[in-house]
Amino acid sequence: MDVSVNWLRALVPGLEGSAQELADRISLGAIPVDRVIPVGDDLAGIVIARVTEARPHPNADRLTLCRVDAGTGEPIDVVCGAPNVEEGALYPYVAPGQELPGGFRIESRKIRGEMSHGMLCSEKELELGRDAGGIMKLEGNFEPGASFASAMSLPDARLELDLTPNRIDLACHAGVARELAPEGGTGVVLTEFPGPGWEPVWIDGRTGAESNGVSIRIADADRCFRYLGAIIRGVRVGPSPAWLQARLRGAGARPINNVVDATNYILLESNQPLHAFDLEKLAGSEIQVRAARAGEELRTLDGEKHVLTPACTVIADEDGAVALAGVMGGQESEVSPETVDLLIECAAFDPTHTRHTAAETGLATDASYRFERGIDEVGLEAALTRCVQLILAIAGGEADTEGIRVGGLPPSLAVAELRPERVRQVLGLDLSSARIEELLSPLGFGLRSDGTRELLRFDVPGWRGDVRTESDLLEEVARRHGYDAFPSEPRSFRPSSVPDAPDHERGDRVRRFFAGEGFLEARSLPFVTERRSAVDRIPLLRPLSRAEGFLRTDLASVLLSRVEHNWLRGRRSVRLFEVGTAFGSRSPRPEAPPADPSPDERDAANPFAEERRFAFVITGDRSPDHWGGSASEVDLWDLKGIVEQLAETFDLGPVAPFAGRVDECQRPFGWGMWLHDEAFEVGDGECLAGIAGRVDSRALDAPPWASPVFAGEFRLGAVQVADRRRFEPLPQYPAVARDLAFTLASTVPASEVESAIRLAAPPLLSNLQLFDVYEGEGVEEGRRSLAWRLVFRAPDRTLTDGEVDEAMTAILRRLEADFDVRIRAS
Amino acid sequence: MANEGPALRERLEEIRRRGVAAFESAESQEALEAARIEFLGRGGLVSRAMSDLKALPAEEKPATGQAGNRVKKALEALLEVRSAAIAAAESGETDEVTDLTLPGRRTWQGGVHPVTRVIDEVCEIFREIGFTIATGPEIESDWHNFTSLNIPLDHPAADMHDTFYLDQGVLLRTHTSPVQARIMLEHDPPVRVLAPGLVFRRDPWDASHAPAFEQIEGLAVDEGIDFVEFRAAIDFFVHRFFGTGTRTRFRPSYFPFTEPSAEVDVTCFLCEGSGCSTCKGTGWVEIMGSGMVNPAVFEAVGYDSERFTGYAFGMGPARIALLRYRIPDIRLLYEGDAAFLEQFC
Repeated sequence: MDVSVNWLRALVPGLEGSAQELADRISLGAIPVDRVIPVGDDLAGIVIARVTEARPHPNADRLTLCRVDAGTGEPIDVVCGAPNVEEGALYPYVAPGQELPGGFRIESRKIRGEMSHGMLCSEKELELGRDAGGIMKLEGNFEPGASFASAMSLPDARLELDLTPNRIDLACHAGVARELAPEGGTGVVLTEFPGPGWEPVWIDGRTGAESNGVSIRIADADRCFRYLGAIIRGVRVGPSPAWLQARLRGAGARPINNVVDATNYILLESNQPLHAFDLEKLAGSEIQVRAARAGEELRTLDGEKHVLTPACTVIADEDGAVALAGVMGGQESEVSPETVDLLIECAAFDPTHTRHTAAETGLATDASYRFERGIDEVGLEAALTRCVQLILAIAGGEADTEGIRVGGLPPSLAVAELRPERVRQVLGLDLSSARIEELLSPLGFGLRSDGTRELLRFDVPGWRGDVRTESDLLEEVARRHGYDAFPSEPRSFRPSSVPDAPDHERGDRVRRFFAGEGFLEARSLPFVTERRSAVDRIPLLRPLSRAEGFLRTDLASVLLSRVEHNWLRGRRSVRLFEVGTAFGSRSPRPEAPPADPSPDERDAANPFAEERRFAFVITGDRSPDHWGGSASEVDLWDLKGIVEQLAETFDLGPVAPFAGRVDECQRPFGWGMWLHDEAFEVGDGECLAGIAGRVDSRALDAPPWASPVFAGEFRLGAVQVADRRRFEPLPQYPAVARDLAFTLASTVPASEVESAIRLAAPPLLSNLQLFDVYEGEGVEEGRRSLAWRLVFRAPDRTLTDGEVDEAMTAILRRLEADFDVRIRAS
Repeated sequence: MANEGPALRERLEEIRRRGVAAFESAESQEALEAARIEFLGRGGLVSRAMSDLKALPAEEKPATGQAGNRVKKALEALLEVRSAAIAAAESGETDEVTDLTLPGRRTWQGGVHPVTRVIDEVCEIFREIGFTIATGPEIESDWHNFTSLNIPLDHPAADMHDTFYLDQGVLLRTHTSPVQARIMLEHDPPVRVLAPGLVFRRDPWDASHAPAFEQIEGLAVDEGIDFVEFRAAIDFFVHRFFGTGTRTRFRPSYFPFTEPSAEVDVTCFLCEGSGCSTCKGTGWVEIMGSGMVNPAVFEAVGYDSERFTGYAFGMGPARIALLRYRIPDIRLLYEGDAAFLEQFC
C-alpha cells in the first residue's frame, strides 16, 4: 500500500515533520514503512507546453516535428519521438539549458537534419512512473509556461506501507492520517468538494428495494450484508481535474476518467471500494447479488474472460453476471466516454465469499483485498455520499434524491471495554481514565457515558473491525503510549515448573561426542527424493519440487546425499553427523478423530509418527594428509570403535553383529543401505538402539576415487541422560600380566572366546585384551591364532605367581573344554 | 699494594679467555674433561686464583671475589653446553637439523553447526533468567499450529504461513509456537520455556529462503508479568547476545497469539547503526516477533487469563547465524559441505 505524504498533510491540518519523520512515526506507532520514495523533487526546469502543430519528420518515420507553445511568446521547434504526440495537447517540456531529474542537461541539437530545442517528456523521464511508452499527456486547463511541478502538486513523497492483516484500516489515507493526528487536535479533516452536494432519502429494503425504475436485490444474504446504490444522470465523462489526478498519482494510482477516478479517490481516502456501472448498459430494471451459476461467463474490466462456479459471487442483471462482487467490474457495463447515466455501487461483501471469488478467478484487486479483510460497514452511507458529491463536482449531472439501500440500516457501533486496572496488570502502566481516553480518542474511539471509572466503555469506530476485546484496546493504549516509552525493569521471577526436555540434553551430549571425535555437524532439511525414501515414505501433499517430495524416514540416507555433495566438490574424506527427526506412518493407521476433538484426541488420530535420531557417516582417510606419511583409509574397525565408544558413553547396550532381523524396530534405520555382513546392531531392549555398518555401494553415487562409506543411525531416546558413573578405588597393589596365544577353528567368534575366559577367570582378572589375530603360514588351514593379554590384580595384596598360575590353568581348562584350542605360547 | 686487586681481576679475565678457548676447541669428552680439570678442577686455575683472594686488602676483596665467581659460572655454563654438544655429535644427531617450520600432524577437526552455536548461546542466556528448554513435534495438527494460537484457518492471517500439509488437518508446523500450547496443556504456571526447533514454510529456495529453517520460541507465564518485564527480558537477552552497547527498538506488529504484539529491532551489529546493506541503511535489524500472550491463547489451553499474564517471542537462529557470520546464502547452512562446516569448528 502506497500513501502520498501530500495527501496525508491535506487530511491532518498542522501536520509537522519531514516525510522520513512521518514514516518513522508510522513505523514505531502502527505498521512498518518499507520505503520512503521522493517524487518529483527536481522538476524545477519542467514547464507545461502545448503542441500547436505536429507534422511528420521528413527524414525519419518515427519522429514528429512539433511546434510548441511554452508560454515564452515564441513558437519553439521540438523533434519528438513519442507515438502519442497530438496537436493541441499539453505535455511537460524541458527547455534547452534545463535539466531532467537525475541531472541530465538538455541542449538544442539537430536530429536527422532538423533542429530540436528542448524535449517533451514521458513519466519515466521525469521519474514519476514507469510509463516510457509515450510522452505524458496532461489533462486539464493549464496555461502553457506554467510550472509543471506546481500543477502536479509536486514535490511529494510516497510511503510504501507493509500492511499487517489486522490493520486493513491503514490501507487508506484517512486511516494513516488518524495515526498521525496529534492528540487534542482537530483530527482528520476530509477535503470539501465544491458543487451541489447530495443528501439522499434512503429507500430501504431487507432483501430488495427499488427507486425510479432501478431495483436492487440481495439474493444471498450470506454473501452480501448491505448494498447501497445511487443514480446519477447526465454526467460528462472526461479527464479529472489536475488536483484529483495529482492525488491519485501521488498514491501510485493511474487516472482514467473523472467517474472512475472519483471511485478510486474514495477508495484511497476512506477505504471503501465503489463501482460505477453504466446504467444504460444494464439489462432489465433489476440487478441482484447472487452466487454465480456453474459455467456462467463474464469478461472483467481487465479484458479477461472467466468461466464462473457457484463459489463466485456476482452482480447480475437480467442477462447474467455484470460484475464479480467485491473483486472487479465487468467490461460490458464499464463507464466509457459515452456514458451518461450511472449506478454507483457501495456495498459490504462477505470476506470469505470474496476470498473465494478472487481465488476462483485468480484475481487479487484493491477491492478484494479490502473486502477479504473487512471494510467499514458503518461507513457505507458516508462513502457513497462523498463519492456522489465528488462526481457531481467534477463530472456534472444530477443525482436522484433517492438512494437505494438493501440489507438494512448501518449496524450499531461495537463496544469494547477496558479496565484501567488491567492496563496496570498487563502493561505495567498507571494511567488515569482521562489519560486513556486522550490516547484513544484521536483514533476514533469514543468514551461512552455508560461506563465507570473501573470499567471504561468505548464505541469502536466502524473502520476498526480488529478491535473488539479488552486486549485489543490494551494494544491501542500501548501503541499510543509508545512501545519505546515503556521502562525496561527486570523483575524477580519464579523458576519454571517445566523440566528440561530430555531430548534436548541428549542432543547436546551427542553433539559434544561427535565434535570431539572429529565429526562436523550437518543440518539437512528432512526432505528427500523418491530414490532416498523408503517404502513407507511420506509424501508432501504439495511439495516444492520432485527432489523434495517426501519426508525422510531415516537420517543416515540423507547424510549419504551430503557425502555425495562433498564428493561432487572433490572431497574424499568426510565425517558428518546430524541430530534430527525421522518420520514414519503409524501402523495400523489410527481412526479418524471424533467430531470436535480434544487436543489429545487429535494427537491420537495423527496417522504419522516422528522420532528424534542421530546419525553419522564416515569415509576417506583416518587423518588429514601429512608429509610424514600418508594416512590409511577408515575401515570397518574404525566404525566399530566409534560404535563401541558411543554404546559405552551413552549406555546404549551391547554391540553385536547385525542379525538381519526385519521387524518394525529395525525397519526405520535406512533399510536396504547396509551391507548385512558388515553391520552391527546396538541395544538389548525391545527395540534396537541403532544400526551401524558399511554402506552398500549400490546405495551411493560414488566417483571412482571414493573410499568405502560407513554410517550409523541411533534413536536419540536410547541415550541415557542419568549420570551413572561411580568412583572405583584406584589399584594399590601391582598387577601381573600374562600373554596367552592359541589356535582354534576360525568359525568360533572372538566374543565367545572372550566370554569363556571371563567366565573361567576368578575376580582377579582385571583386564583382558585381544592383541593379535593371525591366520596363514604356520597355522593349520581352517584355524586361526588369537593372542590375548591378561592382567591380574588383587585389591588387597600383591599376587603370587602361584595364584596367577592357578588362574591361568583354570582358564585353559575352560578353553580346552569349550573349544578345540591348541596352545601356541604362554 | 694498591694495584693487587686489579691485577688479580686481570688474571681472572685471562683465565676466562683461555678457558673459553680450551672448552670451545675440545672435540671429545676426554679433551673436555682435561680442560675442566685444568680450569675448574680442585687445584685448577680458577680455584688457585680465588685462593689468592685472601691476600688482598679488605676493600678489594668483594669486587674481585665477585669477578672470580662470574668467571667460574661462565666457564661452568660453557662446559655444560659443550658437553651436551659433544655428546650429541658423538651419537650422530646434530648432522640432521630438524626443520621446525614443517606442519605438525593433526587429526580431523570436529565441530557443531553455526546454527547450533547460536541456539546454544541463546538457550544459555535465557537459562540465566529461569528458562528451561522444551521440545515439540514437527508434525502438528492444524488445531495446535493455528487454532490454539488464535489463528482462524480460513483467514488471511493463515496466509502468512504457506503450509506443507501431509493429510487432512495434519501439517508440518509453520512455527515453533504450537509448543506453547503443548506446554501449557501439560504444565501449570509458572512457565518459562524456550523451544528451539525446525519449522516449515512453502518458500522456494533462494539466497534468503529455505523451505525449512530453525526457530526458537520463548514463553513466560505467571502472575504479575507485564510489558515492562517483557521489555527487560528481551533487553537482557539482546545485551548479552549482541553486546551491551546494542540498543533495542520495539515496533507494533501483528501476531494473532500475542497482544500487544511487537517486532524487536536491534541496532545493526554489522555497521553499529550507521547504515549498511544488511540493515538496508536503516541502522536497525529485525530479530524477533514478540508480545504479551493473547488471553484467547490462555483460554484455549485452560489457563485463567484474568490471573495469569505472560509474554512470548520467536526468533530465527538461522537468520542470526547468517548475519553474525556474514554467510551470504542460506543454502550453505543446509548443504552439509565439509569445507563450509569446518569454518565453524
